[in-house]
Amino acid sequence: MTTTDMPRPVDADPGRAVSKKPPRSAGGGGLRRAVPATTLLWILACLYGLPVLWFILSSLKPASDLFSYPLTLVPRNPTLSGFRAAWDSANFSQYFINTTIVCVITTILTVGVSCCTGYALAKYDNRWLKAFFLCILATTMLPGEVMLAPSFLVVRDLGLYNSFAGIILPAVLTATGCFMFRQFFLTVPDELVEAARIDGARELSIFLRIMVPISRPIMLTLAILSFQWRWNDYIWPLLMLNDPNKFTVQIGIQSIVGAQNINWSVLLGASVISMIPLIAVFLVFQRYVMNADINAGLKD
Amino acid sequence: MTKRASDVSASPPRRRSKYTLAPLVLIAANVVLFSLFFVWPAVIGLVYSFTNYTGVGAFQFIGLDNYDNLLGDSTFYHALTRTLMYTVLFVPLNFALSLLAANLVVNKHAKGSSVARVIFFIPWLLSPIVVGVLWRWLFGENFGLVNYVIEKLGGGEVPWQSNADLSLLVVVMAASWMWTGFTMLLFIAAIKNVPVSYYEAASLDGAGPWRQFISITLPSIAPTSFIVILLNTINAMKEYPVFVALNNGGPGSSNNLLVQYIYETGFKRGQIGYASAASFVLMLILMAVAIIQLIVNRRVENR
Repeated sequence: MTTTDMPRPVDADPGRAVSKKPPRSAGGGGLRRAVPATTLLWILACLYGLPVLWFILSSLKPASDLFSYPLTLVPRNPTLSGFRAAWDSANFSQYFINTTIVCVITTILTVGVSCCTGYALAKYDNRWLKAFFLCILATTMLPGEVMLAPSFLVVRDLGLYNSFAGIILPAVLTATGCFMFRQFFLTVPDELVEAARIDGARELSIFLRIMVPISRPIMLTLAILSFQWRWNDYIWPLLMLNDPNKFTVQIGIQSIVGAQNINWSVLLGASVISMIPLIAVFLVFQRYVMNADINAGLKD
Repeated sequence: MTKRASDVSASPPRRRSKYTLAPLVLIAANVVLFSLFFVWPAVIGLVYSFTNYTGVGAFQFIGLDNYDNLLGDSTFYHALTRTLMYTVLFVPLNFALSLLAANLVVNKHAKGSSVARVIFFIPWLLSPIVVGVLWRWLFGENFGLVNYVIEKLGGGEVPWQSNADLSLLVVVMAASWMWTGFTMLLFIAAIKNVPVSYYEAASLDGAGPWRQFISITLPSIAPTSFIVILLNTINAMKEYPVFVALNNGGPGSSNNLLVQYIYETGFKRGQIGYASAASFVLMLILMAVAIIQLIVNRRVENR
């Protein structure tokens, strides 16, 4: 696909080729090649973008227009009434706050704990750590869905049923997070640690004062991933929560879908509202996700 | 991963090996979480799968009865075959779409690829529930956009919701759509790591874009392809929320997948023991997939 009609800078290190892209517009026969590639790209992009566009535009239609033929892409009289109805109905604002609380706390804990574990796995060496590394690897083979019933019983026996802690705590340990930090700290030279030791720094203060600050980009990447996982979680909160005042957004949306007669106006409004936070976070921190060297440890 | 672990142990003994307290403090939190929410459920799950436990009260050990009943349970078989069918459809479709998207995005002749990349990625940000709602809205039988367009073009109303196979197909499309962005990122990283000189040599020899894709890109990204296939297989085997939101495993119960089956036997009918046995069957399948992944990974990394 990537044909070359211009000499490209040959890079000794293939991994580096990424950053030194030649200028986009290849002159000469460029246009001849640009047309099919660009057309195909945008046909596919439209196929991917249209469902979301149609969904968002539909949510702006008043309830009475939703099913009126002929269907129009652009709403004739756009209104925010669907959103308002969704926000007011069935505690949706409460669900939104609940989900935010759960996501923020889980994300902070996940980043902190993964950072510690990843550092220990990368910079220390003893058989306990090796064994624990294998244990974390094992969690990637057993997704939570496999152990729904026993996990439920464990959390219930711990007295965490119907509490936010019951959703937060089981979600804190993620193999992806630990592996991302381990991968990163492996690239940090050991000499940095050695030098600090010679200067008399204690082990934990090396970690806190040198290693934590330099791992900030990984923290952001993991924070975004973790926020996305937890915001979109459905089945575990559904099992854990019994009190409608503690429901999360996803449960709220599903309860609208599960009704006998679906109120599409409210459903569309609620769904679009639930999409906003993630898309906003993503657009702001795009490069931390897009450039992340995400690899096979990924679980959720 | 395994290779790097062995590198560490092969390196000459350093001073750091004498530190034991600090690393143990650092991993302490995760060790506790691991034992509470992983080891404990795994152990009691295994134990309960040999009992008739219902979640409360006393239970009796009934040996292998649960597994025995499971083998004769037609609902379970139906869920299992439906899950496998879904996996077989979803994995190749997602693979092809993501690879196409990745190739188009890295193609330097294509204009606007950074915007297109964001468009491809947005579906991954939506929750499975919202994806289900969105596709339900698109494929509604008498109100959806798709049937409206088909009817405008002169076709008849397509039973997307009331035909079991068509509704499975809609879920396959929805899930592929949702996962493309993420899989695409993995492919982009792999494609960008292919040395440019390969393509230059090939184009000097007169190879066209298609030929270069088949002979250079595909073999070079083989390790990533394996990982993508295996990750997606695991994801597909445990799919649940998209089905619930899109058609609630319907029409009827014809598209109840394994996780939904486990959820309904365990939590709606309270047969925890029986559901645990079903979970362990799913676990065995996933383990087989994961072991293949590990073996392939190791072989690729030792190359």
